[in-house]
Amino acid sequence: MSDAANPSHPNALQHHSPAGELKRRDFLNELTWGALGIAGLGSAAVTYQFFSPNVLFEPSPTFRAGNPDLYPLHSVTFLQDQQVYIVRMPEGFYAVSAVCTHLGCVTQWKSDADMIACPCHGSKFKADGTKIEGPAPRPLPHFAISLTADGELLVDKLQTIKSAQVLKV
Amino acid sequence: MATTFQSTMESLRSSKVWKSIFRRGPANTNRTRSLAVFGNLFLHFLPVKVREKSLHVRASYYLGSISLFLFIVLFVTGILLMFYYHPAAPNAYRDMKDLQFVVSNGVFLRNLHRLAAHLMVFMVFCHMFHVFYRGGYKPPHEFNWAIGVVLLLLTLFLSYTGYLLPWDQLAFWAVTVGTNIISAMPVIGKQIRFLVLGGNIVGENALLRFYVLHVLILPLFAFLFIGIHFWRVQKDGGLTVKSRGGDGQE
Repeated sequence: MSDAANPSHPNALQHHSPAGELKRRDFLNELTWGALGIAGLGSAAVTYQFFSPNVLFEPSPTFRAGNPDLYPLHSVTFLQDQQVYIVRMPEGFYAVSAVCTHLGCVTQWKSDADMIACPCHGSKFKADGTKIEGPAPRPLPHFAISLTADGELLVDKLQTIKSAQVLKV
Repeated sequence: MATTFQSTMESLRSSKVWKSIFRRGPANTNRTRSLAVFGNLFLHFLPVKVREKSLHVRASYYLGSISLFLFIVLFVTGILLMFYYHPAAPNAYRDMKDLQFVVSNGVFLRNLHRLAAHLMVFMVFCHMFHVFYRGGYKPPHEFNWAIGVVLLLLTLFLSYTGYLLPWDQLAFWAVTVGTNIISAMPVIGKQIRFLVLGGNIVGENALLRFYVLHVLILPLFAFLFIGIHFWRVQKDGGLTVKSRGGDGQE
């Protein structure tokens, strides 16, 4: 109160309460800005959720690739819908991604040159995904491959495995 | 003839309707001219005073003006194309082909939109190079330079989002490659790509998202920033950057 009585004090009129105590105006200001902040963050969060689709109309990342007998020995078979190569070599089966590790173009198996080539920027890979030539930074990943109970090949694109792991049938 | 026109204008100006719209007399003094500017929504945000030399038109003025002109061409042709285009996966490509082969003058409008878009990117770059080499980024123009950089990015984003809409092989792979560049961003890259495409692959969701960005969100921001850009040109004392010749002409 002594402050309010002293007109020379620059904030004289605002100093009604004892020092250290939160003034009503400041309290309401903080409450308002706090509420707006929380509402803003909440809006951002639900907008983010809104923009993330929950259902995708895309090919399933886990799929059956048919009976192993469909694939002859020493063959590389491109499955267009899944963008995966099913490779059968004497040591067994493996599923190699057909999506280039450079910028995501779909590669092609060139049987005459015995390699996988990317049409976009010229990366080259061996049948087992090993990189022959850039600009791809990494070899093509291998996906988990297993047999279902009824004897079909099952590929899981969500799971990448070491290239040494092959499926013996 | 001239007198008939003048007397018609005279009686029009003294009519109740005219006065209700303009609410002032003729703009023949500095004060009434200022009032004319203040009383007009489209003029009132312009600077009250500008230097006369900032209004001089020079050859280099045209690079920015051509960019604006191309933007207007793109705006008009783009709206017309929207009347025939469905942003959905089986329709988009067919609509684009329909515009080329079935719709009257469709091929003209589509190509006008396409070529103006290519040209606008080129012209915006020319404008930027010109401003850069003339030192147009220096004070007092540095804020407007930053606005210009935003406009460059908006131009590129508009160009890129429009590239997907024909929904052909070129569009599909260009967007596949481009959005994979986004996922190279550390930590959040993959998530941003997922949000931009609305999925993991370039599909229906991606087409619709790019369409909404292309026809609404990006043009809205482009209009806003073009407005600020032009306003600042006048505010910062016009386009004059002192040349080495020292005559103040570019």
